[in-house]
Amino acid sequence: MSLTLGHFLSVGAILFALSVIGIFLNRKNLIVLLMAIELMLLAVNMNFVAFSHYLGDMHGQVFVFFILTVAAAESAIGLAVLVLLFRNRSSISVEELNALKG
Amino acid sequence: MSNTLSASTLLAVPLAPLVGSALAGILGTTFGGNVIGRRASHTATILGVLVAFVLSAMTLADVIGGARFNQTIYEWMVVGGLKMEIGFMVDGLTAMMMCVVTFVSLMVHIYTIGYMEEDAGYNRFFAYISLFTFSMLMLVMSNNLLQLFFGWEAVGLVSYLLIGFWFNKPTAIFANMKAFLVNRVGDFGFILGIGLIVAYAGTLNYTEVFAKAGELGALSFPGTSWMLVTVICICLFIGAMGKSAQFPLHVWLPDSMEGPTPISALIHAATMVTAGIFMVARMSPLFELSDTALNFILVIGAITALFMGFLGIIQNDIKRVVAYSTLSQLGYMTVALGASAYSVAVFHLMTHAFFKALLFLAAGSVIIGMHHNQDIRWMGAVRKYMPITWITSLLGTLALIGTPLFSGFYSKDSIIEAVHFSNLPGAGFAHFAVLAGVFVTSFYSFRLYFLVFHGKERYDQNPDAHHDDHHDDHGHHGDGKPHESPWVVTLPLVLLAIPSVVIGYLTIQPMLFGDFLKDAITVNSAAHPAMAKFAEMFHGPLAMASHALSTAPLYLAAAGAVAAWYMYLVNPAVPAAIARALKPLVTILENKYYLDWINENIIARGARALGVVLWKGGDRGIIEGGVVNASWKLVGVVSSVVRRVQTGYLYHYAFVMLVGVLLFMTYFVWLAK
Repeated sequence: MSLTLGHFLSVGAILFALSVIGIFLNRKNLIVLLMAIELMLLAVNMNFVAFSHYLGDMHGQVFVFFILTVAAAESAIGLAVLVLLFRNRSSISVEELNALKG
Repeated sequence: MSNTLSASTLLAVPLAPLVGSALAGILGTTFGGNVIGRRASHTATILGVLVAFVLSAMTLADVIGGARFNQTIYEWMVVGGLKMEIGFMVDGLTAMMMCVVTFVSLMVHIYTIGYMEEDAGYNRFFAYISLFTFSMLMLVMSNNLLQLFFGWEAVGLVSYLLIGFWFNKPTAIFANMKAFLVNRVGDFGFILGIGLIVAYAGTLNYTEVFAKAGELGALSFPGTSWMLVTVICICLFIGAMGKSAQFPLHVWLPDSMEGPTPISALIHAATMVTAGIFMVARMSPLFELSDTALNFILVIGAITALFMGFLGIIQNDIKRVVAYSTLSQLGYMTVALGASAYSVAVFHLMTHAFFKALLFLAAGSVIIGMHHNQDIRWMGAVRKYMPITWITSLLGTLALIGTPLFSGFYSKDSIIEAVHFSNLPGAGFAHFAVLAGVFVTSFYSFRLYFLVFHGKERYDQNPDAHHDDHHDDHGHHGDGKPHESPWVVTLPLVLLAIPSVVIGYLTIQPMLFGDFLKDAITVNSAAHPAMAKFAEMFHGPLAMASHALSTAPLYLAAAGAVAAWYMYLVNPAVPAAIARALKPLVTILENKYYLDWINENIIARGARALGVVLWKGGDRGIIEGGVVNASWKLVGVVSSVVRRVQTGYLYHYAFVMLVGVLLFMTYFVWLAK
């Protein structure tokens, strides 16, 4: 049994689904939310690498590096926001962040 | 002397009283800080009116010399092709009206010094009557319908203000509101008429409208077979009915007697109420085109002339008797208009202005003398105490009933003759009404005269004396006897008595048969030959007076006077017996033909009921309940449902976003291939 494109895409899809579930089911912790978003980006990266390999085009793998860089920057900003949020509200519970409610 | 009338002189005629009015009304009242006193106020306004009178008299002299003026002074605005302008048109009709208005106004200004002496609103009163003079002059001097309408409304406004002059008297407030509302009805017709003229002739200027009269006469009202010009004329005449108090819009005039007597003389007898007559005479080129409208005018005038006279017989308030007499005389003028004898109507307007102003001012003088008692049942033998008032009243009464050689004789007999020669279908009824009116006029005039000036003194029998609601702030109540009024009151009486006697004799020739009014009034002699036939009969004023000895009106007038003499001096039991015998008739008359009842209970209540229906059903129900409230309630219901979606949790928004992306992708990938 050899590894086909479908296996890699399945792994990507599973990762993506896990991250979506992580976003929706998570009620407590904002850090988990950030981690779920990272995981979602990784699922996308997995797809990029898989397609790059099977189509023989290196552009996809170049994109992966871009995404990793942006994801790192994004987590840094996200964590900074999180620290500020904790300072202001003494909590990082997702349940309490409903200021958008009309 | 053809072009001696200058715009600046004419402009000074209405503006002089306006300046006087502004001085007295702004500086003389609390509005402007009471800067000037009573003497300064009446001096300023009287000077203003005097200037207007002198200039009007000069204008009249120029007009008699052949001068005419028709020019736009100021262009207010242009809307499309329609020009709205202020301009003057001066011909015989205008010049005559200017002189009558300013002369009567001057007399009333002088009289007011005596009559309003002790009233707190002295300066305000002078401001109003000067403002009235300005408005009336703007009305008569106008060369276009818009300015006519401005003057028309302005005199109506001042009339409203003056009827309610004693504004803490509830009856006066009721009367001025009534006058205002009834005039609105008339003005509605008037403005419709003006609107039709603008729509079809495209101009407001008299000369341009008259130039298109022929074209208008050929059109018919859209959607009907009526002549357009008939509709226009009847609409305009409804305006005249309101202003000139013709049946059934006459109801405001008797109530307007709540105002001070000087304005009853100036506004509600001599000038403002004749504005309708003036307007119809001015519009004669249009009215000549419509027999239907003329017939309508004739019948309305005849009803007013006769039936309002009957009401004068049973009134006991001295001013109300004169008021009903005014209504009846206005009916005579209207009858003359309907018979196409516009010049006769205007002639009667002029003579009536003098003798009726005289009668009103004399009535006011009696009221002063009687310590503000207005009920003629408690007067009597006043002639001993007030000789000047007595003589002038007698002259005014003789003029009113049409004694030969007096002014009223010439004008009233001319009307009767003109109606006699009229060939309109309503002329028979109108002729009967004006003939019967002569008897009625004479009867109520002499009833008033005998009850006030002759007979026994009945001052102490007045049950209402000294505790009535009149403005009885007249200092001396000593013995209850009348006393002659001061010279400022009697001088105007004397000055008005002179034209009341002689003006008819002097002016009948030029006004009715000469060139004086020829270019102001258009009569289609072929269709309406009354005036032409009357002119054939006329052989000078003296011949007319001697001819009267052989005609009915004189004997009817004499019979009326004798009947009044017998019933109120010789045998005072007769009127009571007649009243008992004709109880239902008297009840109808006492209730003024139930017109006030109909107006108040059917028209006013109906309008209020309709208002309540529209208010509760239309405004509250449909607009407020159905449109406004229902829409906010609907928004509320929808949003209270939709609001549940907005949880404020970020992951819910993200979830919806993802589900949305998924649905769209599903759609594009599988379904939209």
